[in-house]
Amino acid sequence: MTDELYHATILDRARSGERAGRLERPDASATIDNPLCGDRVTIDLKLDGGRVSDIAQYVRGCALCRAAAATIARHAIGETADSLAETAEALRGILKGDAPAPSGAWSELSMFAPARAYKSRHDCVLLPFEAIARAFASARDRSP
Amino acid sequence: MSFDVRAIRREFPILAQPIDGRPLHYLDNAATGQAPRTMIEAIVAFETLRRANVLRGVHHLAEAATEAYADARAAVARYINAAPQDLVFTSGTTASINLVARAFGDGLAAGDEVVISVAEHHSNIVPWQMLRQRRGIVLKALQVDDEGRLDLAAIERTVTAKCRLIAVTHVSNVTGAVTDVARIVSAARAVGARVLLDGAQRAPHGPIDVPALGVDFYAFSGHKMFGPNGVGALWGQRELLEAMPPFLGGGEMIRTVTLERTEYAAPPHKFEAGTPPIAQAIGLGATVRWLMTLDWPAISDHEMRLAQRTLDGLSGIRGARVLGPGGLQARAPVVSFALDGAHPHDVCQILDGRGVALRGGHHCAQPLMDRFGLAGTTRASLALYNNDADVDALLSGLDEAARRLR
Repeated sequence: MTDELYHATILDRARSGERAGRLERPDASATIDNPLCGDRVTIDLKLDGGRVSDIAQYVRGCALCRAAAATIARHAIGETADSLAETAEALRGILKGDAPAPSGAWSELSMFAPARAYKSRHDCVLLPFEAIARAFASARDRSP
Repeated sequence: MSFDVRAIRREFPILAQPIDGRPLHYLDNAATGQAPRTMIEAIVAFETLRRANVLRGVHHLAEAATEAYADARAAVARYINAAPQDLVFTSGTTASINLVARAFGDGLAAGDEVVISVAEHHSNIVPWQMLRQRRGIVLKALQVDDEGRLDLAAIERTVTAKCRLIAVTHVSNVTGAVTDVARIVSAARAVGARVLLDGAQRAPHGPIDVPALGVDFYAFSGHKMFGPNGVGALWGQRELLEAMPPFLGGGEMIRTVTLERTEYAAPPHKFEAGTPPIAQAIGLGATVRWLMTLDWPAISDHEMRLAQRTLDGLSGIRGARVLGPGGLQARAPVVSFALDGAHPHDVCQILDGRGVALRGGHHCAQPLMDRFGLAGTTRASLALYNNDADVDALLSGLDEAARRLR
């Protein structure tokens, strides 16, 4: 069964390091830990009119977490807090097995469908989405 | 006596259960040991034939339950060579340490010092941080060397005249390093401090002569030593248990209660407020009675031979780095390692696909992970029922995990 989970798309995406690192002077930033394993995700954002104009992700974590963060980094530009929240909800649906993958660029999230059987790993996939939501929230808190 | 691992394995029904069509190779014993048939049967027998509350009822079942509960305490006390009245049943090591942090710790004053170590499980860190918040104590930590052993060469620099308690692990749940207890005790005695040992990882590896260790408190868990969940114990020096106030108040721990005041029961009941984990204690009693029939020198040889096989195998895997002693001296069969380019959870998941149960992560020992600059490790922890096939499945699975994840 783990052969299905660690398929080439996930491993390649995890290795891709898409926009890995930190942004200089981000408009919003959040770091979040997984208390279960100590993994840590940092998302930095540049925002323009409430939309992501640049993003960097820094992950100390497993292949699933790194693949999810790299996927966010690949597709988040132009997205808003609300649209990313919808995408995160769609991902939760994929992991629960009661929703199809969204259409468009985010259809790639179906790569995480094999994680459905491993409940303890769902947080690994969702952690980067939680981090980007918190980054948006921190930007809201700072705005006048 | 002799040791036959096949006969031992037959006592643990779960080991015969295939996992996803493959044989189970259970190497997560430092998290929880498996249940021997004798323990399962003792719990079923109690719940089926003798279930009642203890210490208060006079009916037949209550008498039988009370006697079984007392017998269990006596058996567990024998396992650590102690008197039953000095052994408090708790829910586990965490509860035992919290009991000491409250009942002993709340008697400390601001500025008094408690010394722990970098190698502690969170359950032997957090209660002392909470005590620091309540009482203003100073919390200090002994460091570890590059093999993960407590660095005791200059312990006197840390354990000063202000020290009231040293609370350290007997065996590390991450590195398997066995603490030099005599050195700890001598440093404590030199300044009049008490010593608490977290014995959770020592208890599964055979009977312990706790009084001979010279410590003041010894905490351990049932489920790590092939007993049930939800029960553990705290052993304490009698005069300390008698002097300490109770931690929790309620039924079972009193002599008389009026609306104005309460007179407490003597230890150990003083520290066992409320209905105790009766079936669990009886199950643990059955486990230790069985454990005490075994040939522990032979089991120890067996466990350490498997540990050596694991260490030897890891040394042949490119990018594998053991976190802990490289040799077998003063070491328990717990082997933690990092695999370059492969995250512990991914390693564990791939090994799970081969029926190998491991633990990956920080092992509730984040300060130790920080010391070594790691977020986590993969851990294989061995017990008496493990065999060569378990170790070989681990090593071949790691080869595959390394190939796939890098």
